[in-house]
Amino acid sequence: MAHAHTHKVKRYSGIKDWLTTVDHKKIGILYLIAGGFFFLVGGLEALLIRIQLWKPMNDFVSADTFNELLTMHGTTMIFLAAMPMLFALMNAVVPLQIGARDVAFPFVNSLGFWTFLFGGILLNVSWFAGGAPDAGWTAYAPLAGTTYSGDHGVDYYVLGLQIAGIGTLIGGINFLVTIINMRAPGMTFMRMPLFTWTAFITSALILFAFPALAVGLAALMFDRLFDGNFFDPSGGGNAVLWEHIFWIFGHPEVYILILPAFGVISEVISTFSRKRLFGYSSMVFATILIGFLGFMVWAHHMFTTGLGPVANALFSIATMLIAVPTGIKIFNWLFTMWGGSIKFTTANLFAVGFIPTFVMGGVTGVMLAAAPADFQYHDSYFVVAHFHYVIVGGLILGIFAGLHYWWPKMFGRVLNETLGKLTFWTFFIGFHLTFFIQHFLGLLGMPRRIWTYLDGLGFNEMNMISTIGAVLMGFGTIFFLLNIVTTSFKPKNASGDPWEDGRTLEWTIPSPPPEYNFAQTPLVRGYDAYWKEKMEGHSGMTPAEPIGPIHMPSPSILPFFMGLGLFIAGIGFMYAQDWGNLFDGFKLGYAIGIAGLLILFLCMFLRSVYDDHGFHIEEEEILRDKGGKA
Amino acid sequence: MAMMVLVLAACGREDLSTLNPQGPVAEEQFGLMKLAISIMLIVIVVVFAITIYVIIRFRRRSGDKTIPKQVEGNHKLEIIWTVIPIIMLIILGVPTVQSVFNLSKDYSKDPEAVQVIVTSHQYWWEFEYPDYGIKTAQELIIPTGKTISVKAKSADVLHSFWIPSLAGKIDTNPGANVNAMYFSAPKEGVYLGKCAELCGPSHGLMDFKVKSVDESSFDRWVAAIQEPVALPSDPAVAAAFESKCLSCHAVGDMGGPAYPNLTGIGSRESVGGILVNTDDPKYDNEGSVYDNLYRWIENPDDVKPGNQMGKIDLTEQELDGIAKYLSELKLNYEQ
Repeated sequence: MAHAHTHKVKRYSGIKDWLTTVDHKKIGILYLIAGGFFFLVGGLEALLIRIQLWKPMNDFVSADTFNELLTMHGTTMIFLAAMPMLFALMNAVVPLQIGARDVAFPFVNSLGFWTFLFGGILLNVSWFAGGAPDAGWTAYAPLAGTTYSGDHGVDYYVLGLQIAGIGTLIGGINFLVTIINMRAPGMTFMRMPLFTWTAFITSALILFAFPALAVGLAALMFDRLFDGNFFDPSGGGNAVLWEHIFWIFGHPEVYILILPAFGVISEVISTFSRKRLFGYSSMVFATILIGFLGFMVWAHHMFTTGLGPVANALFSIATMLIAVPTGIKIFNWLFTMWGGSIKFTTANLFAVGFIPTFVMGGVTGVMLAAAPADFQYHDSYFVVAHFHYVIVGGLILGIFAGLHYWWPKMFGRVLNETLGKLTFWTFFIGFHLTFFIQHFLGLLGMPRRIWTYLDGLGFNEMNMISTIGAVLMGFGTIFFLLNIVTTSFKPKNASGDPWEDGRTLEWTIPSPPPEYNFAQTPLVRGYDAYWKEKMEGHSGMTPAEPIGPIHMPSPSILPFFMGLGLFIAGIGFMYAQDWGNLFDGFKLGYAIGIAGLLILFLCMFLRSVYDDHGFHIEEEEILRDKGGKA
Repeated sequence: MAMMVLVLAACGREDLSTLNPQGPVAEEQFGLMKLAISIMLIVIVVVFAITIYVIIRFRRRSGDKTIPKQVEGNHKLEIIWTVIPIIMLIILGVPTVQSVFNLSKDYSKDPEAVQVIVTSHQYWWEFEYPDYGIKTAQELIIPTGKTISVKAKSADVLHSFWIPSLAGKIDTNPGANVNAMYFSAPKEGVYLGKCAELCGPSHGLMDFKVKSVDESSFDRWVAAIQEPVALPSDPAVAAAFESKCLSCHAVGDMGGPAYPNLTGIGSRESVGGILVNTDDPKYDNEGSVYDNLYRWIENPDDVKPGNQMGKIDLTEQELDGIAKYLSELKLNYEQ
């Protein structure tokens, strides 16, 4: 690659930089901004839902709007908020934790972000185009078919998620390859930090689960756009088939979401207890086992579908088994703290708050696993409470912990602790206020996804408490935003190891790290690589290579246009039936759709024929950076 | 813990709460719930206790620079917290499997059981008694103590048939995908039923009632609902009723089968499943039978958005006459 030295250094600044970047750290920030934005949108939808339900027989929103809100709240939070915020953390941290200079496929990484973003925007355009999807985030047929959802709402769901799903799938593949191939010398699998491990297993789950979603969405797209009959019983299709396909994706998706949160908690608790993670190898084993079992339990979402006693019994037992590795994790965290020296930073408050909260979500999960009892819980507010305990109480608390913990690494500034603690307490108390009581609403007979409820059924007070809790969670989120804004005006002065107890490789480099992350690839001599060096009295890592020119990938605008092309194609095909003919017998919508796909293919063609070898950052610049930061 | 279970048992309305079961099926399910809750409370107590102890005992004093002992793990402890949960899961798993098979018993050939075919529609419930050749809607009349053997299906989208105080739910699937369940109500009374699967805008309003009556009343109901019914006495109202109502609905042996059968609607507990009939209205959804019928017919979309009836073009007199006529369509089977 000696000839590559002659290539010009390509660097952009400002908006152009953000549109073309292939740097995992910047893509992580893009994921965070987009995911954070959709989190606010989904949160607003949640608040509207809770306002509608705060009193009986309320008509704050119409029944139609309510179904749109509940569908978009679920879809947005899962696909457009939670997943991207996890990808934000994975992008920001995983390459640093394994001592890599970037992910394996930087271009693909950028493509993953832009397809996710355009898919997410497409989904939300539906609000302004005559109606959002309204068949629930599960989009069960036949309600999601054209017979019962005649407008374009569900089309947006199908195409928006399909496009966003491409981004997730290629993102997952990218992290698998990165973690397998790009670890620094000495960073064996059993020395990897637990967050990297969970990112690895999550990526493997994405690899196997998202194709199922893609197939299901493609089939539903054929039903909706081209008069297919996969799921329409009146045409010989089968509605239960969709349930299977959806949950074969949907259940692993739950673990795709929660495993990285487990990883965050492991890092944060270990750091702020100044202790090695208790039972590291059993933690790794438990993560793999949860990932594996996650594929064996999808039908526990379908106990009432009528699969028969044999299936129900088997899926009950398989589901209960997941409690064992999850329990191992819980106790390992507790015994990591045991005997430690625990510092309650905001990040650690979120992590410690996570443990009992997640356990509450976990035990209701085991309760739900008992099929006959699930006949009572299923599709009631008990289930709503359960999955919010695992997703908000688990995943979102985990994300908050991770954001507070790695914020200085991502942005070079430590978030304000006072505002952080205020965020934690309002969000945490608001969360329990909102969802704890919903267990009882469900047990007392309140079904989920209901637009309103009658007076005198005994649901009134509990719903009002739940709504008050939701408002508190809103305040918690506002405090967090306030913290981000005020912190962004502070000087960028975070040290490389701002918590002083950092254990892993990301804390050995400046905050934020230079473009190339590691001036010299570090030599890893054990688990908790940085901590080991500190304990042996070294000030940093032993380098595994001399300082020399570093090869970097070139930025590219192509991923942005590929996402845009898919967006245009989606809109075109969706409205082909409405927009009439461009010329005789050829619909305008198809023309637009094909134009969108042509943009995509043109970008792919350009990417294939134009060989860009990237550029090198020369020794002088690296030495200058080192000097400046010392 | 026993206290907790006791508190739970006292929770909620007798006709609606899963925690206050009124029949053997819900009882069995509640039993399993209590077992699971008890086991899970042990887990919660242990985890909370360790958490609280740890965060108080091991919090960092300010200025503390000591490095705690770096423990790699502990085989004995790790085996304990693997094995004990497995034992707990066996304690829960065995009765779960037993109950799964117990609740899947087939009563469809049992001559002692009452056979009912439940068909769900957007947004109402049709109940057919194949042995008696009866179809009714919104209110399932059952004889006290008898096993009710249900075959459940849907005429349109997915719905789910749920009577929380009597039995857990079963989905109603479209196509030939018929599900079966059974339940019984040892005590007389009216139990609230709900649709538990998102089925459209009025999903939350798709309520029904299960009314358990003694066996002789049930027999009288079976006979009464098959009696012929007279048209409204006022010929103008009768004409409107025939042309505008009977095209879809049936009363007695007249009318069409596609939409809810109205025979005996005057003696049902509610109109449209949610407008509760009472002479002492307390809430917005309560009123006399006549008021409820009037309100429903005047604008069904106000009561259940998105339902398929739509506004019927009726004069004030026709509306009043039909509401009055229907409110007087009573089946006198209770004594």
